[in-house]
Amino acid sequence: MRYTLTILCILVCQSYVFAQDCNTILLGEIIDFHDQTPLADAIIQVKVNKEQVYSDEFGKFTLKNLCNGSIELEISHPECSTRFVIVEINGNTHKKITLEHHLEELDEVKVTGATIKETNSAQEKVLKTKQLERFGSNNLGDALKQINGVSSLNTGSNIVKPIIQGLGGSRILILNNGIRMQDMEWGAEHAPNIDVNAANTATVVKGAAALKYGGDAIGGVILLDQNRIPKKDTIYGKTLLNGVSNGRGGNISSELTKAYENGFYIKGQASYKKLGDAEAPDYILSNTGVSQFGASVDFGRLGFEKGWSAYYSYFDTNIGILSASHIGNVDDLISAINSDEPGKISDFTYDIKNPRQNVKHHLGKLKYYKRFEGLGKLNLQYDIQQNHRFEYDIRVGADKNKASLDLKLTTQTLATDITIDAFEKQKFSFGVLGRYQENFANPETGVRRLIPDYDKVDFGVFATTEYKLSDLTTADAGIRYDYSKIDAQKFYKTSRWEERGYDKDYSDIVVSDLGTQLLTNPELTYHNFSASAGLKHKFNTENQFRFNYTLAQRAPNPSELFSDGLHHSAARIELGDLRIKSETSHRISVSLGKDTYTWGYDVAPYLNLISDFIILEPTGVEFSLRGAFPVWEYRQTDARLLGVDASIYNNWTNNWRTDHKFSIVKGRERSNNTALINIPSARMENGITFNKQEWHNFNIALQSQYVFRQNEYLDNINVYSPQQNQEVELDINTPPNAYHLLKLDTEMKFNFNNNNALTVGLGVTNLLNTEYRDYLNRQRYFTDDLGRSFTLRLKFNY
Amino acid sequence: MTTTNTIFKNIKKVSIIAFSSIALISCSDDDDTPEALNEEEVITTVIVKLTPEAGGTAITLMSKDDDGADGPSAPVITVENLAANTTYNGTITLLNETESPAEDITLEVAEEDDDHQFFYAVSGAISGTAYTDMDEDGNPVGLKFTLSTTNAGAATLGVTLRHEPKKPNDGTTADAGGATDIEQTFSITVE
Repeated sequence: MRYTLTILCILVCQSYVFAQDCNTILLGEIIDFHDQTPLADAIIQVKVNKEQVYSDEFGKFTLKNLCNGSIELEISHPECSTRFVIVEINGNTHKKITLEHHLEELDEVKVTGATIKETNSAQEKVLKTKQLERFGSNNLGDALKQINGVSSLNTGSNIVKPIIQGLGGSRILILNNGIRMQDMEWGAEHAPNIDVNAANTATVVKGAAALKYGGDAIGGVILLDQNRIPKKDTIYGKTLLNGVSNGRGGNISSELTKAYENGFYIKGQASYKKLGDAEAPDYILSNTGVSQFGASVDFGRLGFEKGWSAYYSYFDTNIGILSASHIGNVDDLISAINSDEPGKISDFTYDIKNPRQNVKHHLGKLKYYKRFEGLGKLNLQYDIQQNHRFEYDIRVGADKNKASLDLKLTTQTLATDITIDAFEKQKFSFGVLGRYQENFANPETGVRRLIPDYDKVDFGVFATTEYKLSDLTTADAGIRYDYSKIDAQKFYKTSRWEERGYDKDYSDIVVSDLGTQLLTNPELTYHNFSASAGLKHKFNTENQFRFNYTLAQRAPNPSELFSDGLHHSAARIELGDLRIKSETSHRISVSLGKDTYTWGYDVAPYLNLISDFIILEPTGVEFSLRGAFPVWEYRQTDARLLGVDASIYNNWTNNWRTDHKFSIVKGRERSNNTALINIPSARMENGITFNKQEWHNFNIALQSQYVFRQNEYLDNINVYSPQQNQEVELDINTPPNAYHLLKLDTEMKFNFNNNNALTVGLGVTNLLNTEYRDYLNRQRYFTDDLGRSFTLRLKFNY
Repeated sequence: MTTTNTIFKNIKKVSIIAFSSIALISCSDDDDTPEALNEEEVITTVIVKLTPEAGGTAITLMSKDDDGADGPSAPVITVENLAANTTYNGTITLLNETESPAEDITLEVAEEDDDHQFFYAVSGAISGTAYTDMDEDGNPVGLKFTLSTTNAGAATLGVTLRHEPKKPNDGTTADAGGATDIEQTFSITVE
């Protein structure tokens, strides 16, 4: 590994003052330009007398007995190339020297150094480029599951919504290159519209402690970022190819970066994925193919004092929805649940037929920053994004190729923040943001709008601080206020309006009465407060303790408020409620960890008490001429989530390592202690890795994953089956059995001249071709989950 | 490098202008009233008329759901009693009564009869049904049928209309596939 260091922002002053008295002190601090992390073990040498000192673990160094005037320092670092700095000494001087990493690959730095922390005291974990690359042919949600405590709510294998410590959907914020994704995360079958290949690192902050990004992240924040771009004349890139046996397809992804010494850079990236029908151990999962295209371009000039960048990305995905999951009514659901095999199994095909989803997401960002000497750094960011979602149901006649749902969500955000880091012990951040969002539900679908047309305005303001109590202890605190107002134009069926009791409570919002339906104008305003406080204490370089308390409030999303009809793709009636108010979370988390060359552990328990927790659960059926449909209703209750994420690793020898992880979360209603719906079950992972650097960095890992059965679940409901002409139990909540999966992965890297390298990897998932169903896969009623799959990976670095 | 410098400077200028103009646009609020949506091909009423083959008064089975498939109200079903050991000639009528006068959806089904099929499921004191109509390909449609009763007792008659079923099929809805337009079960007394 070779790094280079550049030193920036040095005020070079020619000093003509000659020293009289040579006993002044220079107190220096070497920190990383990007993230303010101290750089330890840098060698600081005074050019004149060759006096040499090292920076300590906090990046600090002291030079004594200096004369006033200019001195030239040579600063070198084991991982960087040597640079020269001229410092003006005038009495005892404090000098912060900011260095910029000049990196070929940032991920390698993250391996060696302390990871960049988004928060001081929250539980967080980072996935590096290498760990994301292994999931190039999968989804973001699959990659994130490598992090202990992260699971997912799936609809088949291509729609994967991340869940952090039992909470997902609108309770998780996803920041894609610093932009909060606005991609209709409110639906259970709406996965994040992000290409996993476009991100270089992924950080998961559990809980809402990262107030800077939003006060409503009751579950957590996922940050997807790019590697830093070196400040030198260079061009580099990589291409990844994945061949996948299950689905008989694969993906290709390429990335190219051109950078200049003066800070200019341009980076382009594109990827394409195509998979046909996936296969369970015993049968084909018909109509589960996917085709996906993503591309992004990023350019700008990054300097120390100021810089700007522009970013644009496009994402287009077309996902087939399992044919067998298309059901007509409750009797179809009953027979699907009672049958072992899916009702429709066809021959393998790459064709994606209806039902399917097609989502296009455009995202653009402009960013500017300026650093004010002696104060801090100001950021200004504008972003715009448009999410256009089409859901195609099986329709007939002239509507055959018409979408059943066509929603266009456009969001613009203007945000600014300032970080004041001039104080030695304390750091402050302030920020404000304004956001305007517009949703348009296209009436040309010929299907009643599930989500109405609306305009939404958000305004947020926050302040956070970090205070160094001692060299080993840092405290943090923050507050945030968010205002949000949603102005909707919603049609209600008159019968539904009355059934919900809105005719009594909301008669003043009726705009016009169209006979069988009403046009209404709900205007709903929310004031949310969030706050966070915590402490991080390092016992020594190896042991660390973190404590955090966060208060967070989340306003209901449009689905929770406005849903009022048959969700065709799910064959269920979903009912929101205008009366739903913000939910409030009080979360306490502790983490205790040890990290050494030979072994380490991390134990992170948490308690999340959520008042007015919004849940969607089955409540019964409604009858129509088309049969009976299950009804899912939103309601609010006080909930308690208690869990722990624990992990331990050990390097037995230089070549052998084992990893062990366990996570569990218990979710219950506080009033009657009944189980909450869709809480992930406990899971345990054990892995053994053999690594031999001499054999082209040969790496082989076997991983076992045991997922326990969820024993705490909601009671099933009894429904009247028109077909059976009697009341029957709808076995909709019973979780499937526990399962155990094995995964094998092996990799070798071949280096060529000029930094070119080829990495070859072969992976097998579900090695034993085990038949299983997962509680948090919405298609568990219809089919087994994926069978064995081989993946061949080729990566070229150039 | 100077050329690159100029290019980037220009891009920056353009970006700033674009950014400010978008920010301005974003402030404009449009209060356009969304267009009301009238669902197509709504069926509110299913009427099964059974006339004794030997002559006599026709009896009517009716299911009526005014607020459609996703409205909260359940269909209102009215039935009359059937006579034991009798064969009836049946016809079925579908109406959209949200329009005035009511639209007869049966005509549409008859027009596109190769894309539709009714399925009748019976139990109890009804012994069976038989199709008495065919589409142009010689496959059953089910707008017309016969129904026979046995000795007195309780019975059910299930009526399913599938749009674009597989045709021909083995007479079961499972084999036929397609989209369900109607699925109603009438509980009847045979006396």
